Amino acid sequence: MTSALNPKFSFDSYVVGAANRLAVTAGRTVAENPGSAYNPLFIYSGSGLGKTHLLMAIGHGAKKVAPNLSVEYLTLDEYVEAFHAAIAAGQGDTFRRRFQAVDMLLVDDVQFLTNRKEMQAELLRLTEGLQAAGHQVVLASDRPPGEIADLDERLISRFSGGLVVDMGIPDYETRVAILRKKAEERGTSFQSGVLETVAGVEFANVRELMGALNRLIAFQAVNDTPITEAAARQVLGIGSAEDAAAAQPAAASAPAPDEFSNFLSDVTATVGRAVEAWRARVSEAILRWEGEGFRTKRLEALLAQETPGAVDQVISGFVKDVERLKVLAAEVQMLEPQAAGDSVFRDPERLEEAEKVAVRVREGAAPPPAPSAAFPFDTFVAGPSNEKELAAIHDVVQSPGKKFNPLVLVGGSGLGKTHLLNAIGLELAAKARAVVACLSTQAFIDEVIAAIEGDRVDWWRARYRRATALLLDDVHLLAGKDRTQEELFNLFNVLQDKDRQLVFTAPAAPNTLEGLEERIQSRLAGGLVVTLAQPDRVVRHAVLERTLGKVEGSLLDYLADRPATSIRAMMAEVQRVKDAADAQSQPMTAGLARAVLGGEVAPRRRTSGFRTSGIVVSSAGGVRSREKMVWDWPVPADRMIEDAR
Amino acid sequence: MSLVNFTTREITCKIVYYGPGRSGKTSNLHYIYGRVPEARRGRMVSLATQTDRTLFFDFLPIDLGSISGFTTRFQLYTVPGQVYYNATRRLVLQGADGVVFVADSQGRQLDENLESLQNLHANLLDQGVDVRVMPLVLQYNKQDLPKELILTPAEMDDALNFRAVPSFSADALHGTGVFESLKGISELVLKKLAQGAPA
Repeated sequence: MTSALNPKFSFDSYVVGAANRLAVTAGRTVAENPGSAYNPLFIYSGSGLGKTHLLMAIGHGAKKVAPNLSVEYLTLDEYVEAFHAAIAAGQGDTFRRRFQAVDMLLVDDVQFLTNRKEMQAELLRLTEGLQAAGHQVVLASDRPPGEIADLDERLISRFSGGLVVDMGIPDYETRVAILRKKAEERGTSFQSGVLETVAGVEFANVRELMGALNRLIAFQAVNDTPITEAAARQVLGIGSAEDAAAAQPAAASAPAPDEFSNFLSDVTATVGRAVEAWRARVSEAILRWEGEGFRTKRLEALLAQETPGAVDQVISGFVKDVERLKVLAAEVQMLEPQAAGDSVFRDPERLEEAEKVAVRVREGAAPPPAPSAAFPFDTFVAGPSNEKELAAIHDVVQSPGKKFNPLVLVGGSGLGKTHLLNAIGLELAAKARAVVACLSTQAFIDEVIAAIEGDRVDWWRARYRRATALLLDDVHLLAGKDRTQEELFNLFNVLQDKDRQLVFTAPAAPNTLEGLEERIQSRLAGGLVVTLAQPDRVVRHAVLERTLGKVEGSLLDYLADRPATSIRAMMAEVQRVKDAADAQSQPMTAGLARAVLGGEVAPRRRTSGFRTSGIVVSSAGGVRSREKMVWDWPVPADRMIEDAR
Repeated sequence: MSLVNFTTREITCKIVYYGPGRSGKTSNLHYIYGRVPEARRGRMVSLATQTDRTLFFDFLPIDLGSISGFTTRFQLYTVPGQVYYNATRRLVLQGADGVVFVADSQGRQLDENLESLQNLHANLLDQGVDVRVMPLVLQYNKQDLPKELILTPAEMDDALNFRAVPSFSADALHGTGVFESLKGISELVLKKLAQGAPA
């Protein structure tokens, strides 16, 4: 926080002359008797006349007398900065206590108190505290306390209460002494008369004097020969005495020989501002976009070029690209938060890549499989056997996620689970901003595998997590698929937490399903389990009527009266009758049906293993199909008819 | 003319001192000539009659050296003030980047000032230059004359400065206001040059 005392700045290296003798004497006294002689000591002088040197020398002197003394040297700016930092960190009191404990406080550049009311108050409090405790305060400024603009009266009187000393421009003798001392410090010696010549120039402060000395030292080092008085004049641009005398009258007639230099520096400033304005614009843009976290390589390249070229086009192009990146990033953020962190979205040079990433994410986030439009709710025939179940389903559709979640449709094959599932999906999808995922469990498993394979599990998850409803057909197929169960379990929880509707179908009650993890079973069972009954006569009749269209009533009655375990089984019978009718080129009649079905219900042969009803239910429209599969013919009689054809 | 050449990194400004006869245009140039270090100025070309009236024009090139990496040159011209040298005036005015209008502050010269100013506008217009975008400053010269002979800068502003361009009161013979005017016009020219630079 505070600057260390520069060891070079001690009393030993301080050249005392008439102009600064009082100040140095006061400084020595203070260093030897801190807190008792002059408190505070206020030193002021023009820039470059040794305030900082004296201040540090006092610090060193005090340390020399009492090594344990705590001495703090700092400029006012440092003090202000430290104070602000402390306030910002909520450490204001600690900060104050720390400075109250200092034995000797040396504050440089006090003139910067102008317009800093709060710092003035702070400094007032500090000096009062330190003085009361007998600690030394030394202040340095480029003007006396009374001339520091806007300085609090109390501070002025406080500062003036100790000793106020000023230091003037060193006289010729002091200048020579300073030059000799410095030359000695630098290990350089000059011909006699050289330093005196330099000292003869009335530099405004010691720094300029040092500058002149440095030039001479450099010149001498380069030329490897001792510099002469005349050469020194030339190096420093000092006219000889005669020259000066000659120049005198001219200078009198031209009161401001510097007019041209002034003009030149003004023009330089204007050129800097105006001609090089484009650099400022570019730098500004770089700062701005870097601040927002974007790469600015393209803009930085502009700064390297000599001419402004197409700076504005480049900047506006850059801004356009950045805006596009922002749009992409926002979109990706919604679809796949992890991908949005990709650095391509921060680098306008890689906009193309970013576009590609966005496309990939968009594809990945394509809405999950939607319910099939082939199964609208109104084609599902209601009857006494399924009234209650349908009412529950209606409730779900009315308030998805709220009433029965999850909903599990249980029933044997061919009872219309898939139809219902898709119908519910369609109803839910009709709601505003709905994203309904409706698919078979087999497809779900396949997707998980593909996602793992393509290393896109994240986007796959995001894709489903967006869904407002998830409907899975034949959930029992998850048996043994541990990874998919895991994914479903997580997805289930995410969706249920958000009150999103979950619907499943299963051939049997969830807790009886084998191969399903218990945590999934229990979750399924925890919702509403709706068991679909075998279709009653009303349902069967309605379905037949809709499927066969205009046929004789006795046929419908005959077919409807036949007991059927499921609609699908019934439709298989209808198919047989229809095939027979086609083979004999007869219309379908009750008589033909009787002859074909023979009063006995043929046992249905199943295809091997589980069947996913998703495909097979479409055989509801099988009457229109001319395709038959040989193994679907249950009785030899049928085959004979086929043979006869 | 090409004002600013980013390829060769050169800036060249042509500044024309305009105004009625005997208003002090050449005095301006002379003063500047006297203040510019020898190494920085070219030969001042002055074609004057025996009675010190500018016959053709004055030309003073100044090399400002390298500024922000640009080799910067100012070319100062004056036009002959008398009404009948309009052809010369138009020639000199061609390609000017900025105009210092040196007005004679004497009350009885007001009409000449106005006439010259109108002439400037007409000549610029003839060259297809929009008067409003041409950098222009006014210099009210001879402000050192006895008060009863001259108009104050405020009065001059009222009479001439209807576009509210920067105006400077001056005593060109002794140098008061000369560099101020030059600085004023340089700023305008350089600013315009930055705007007009291929961006």
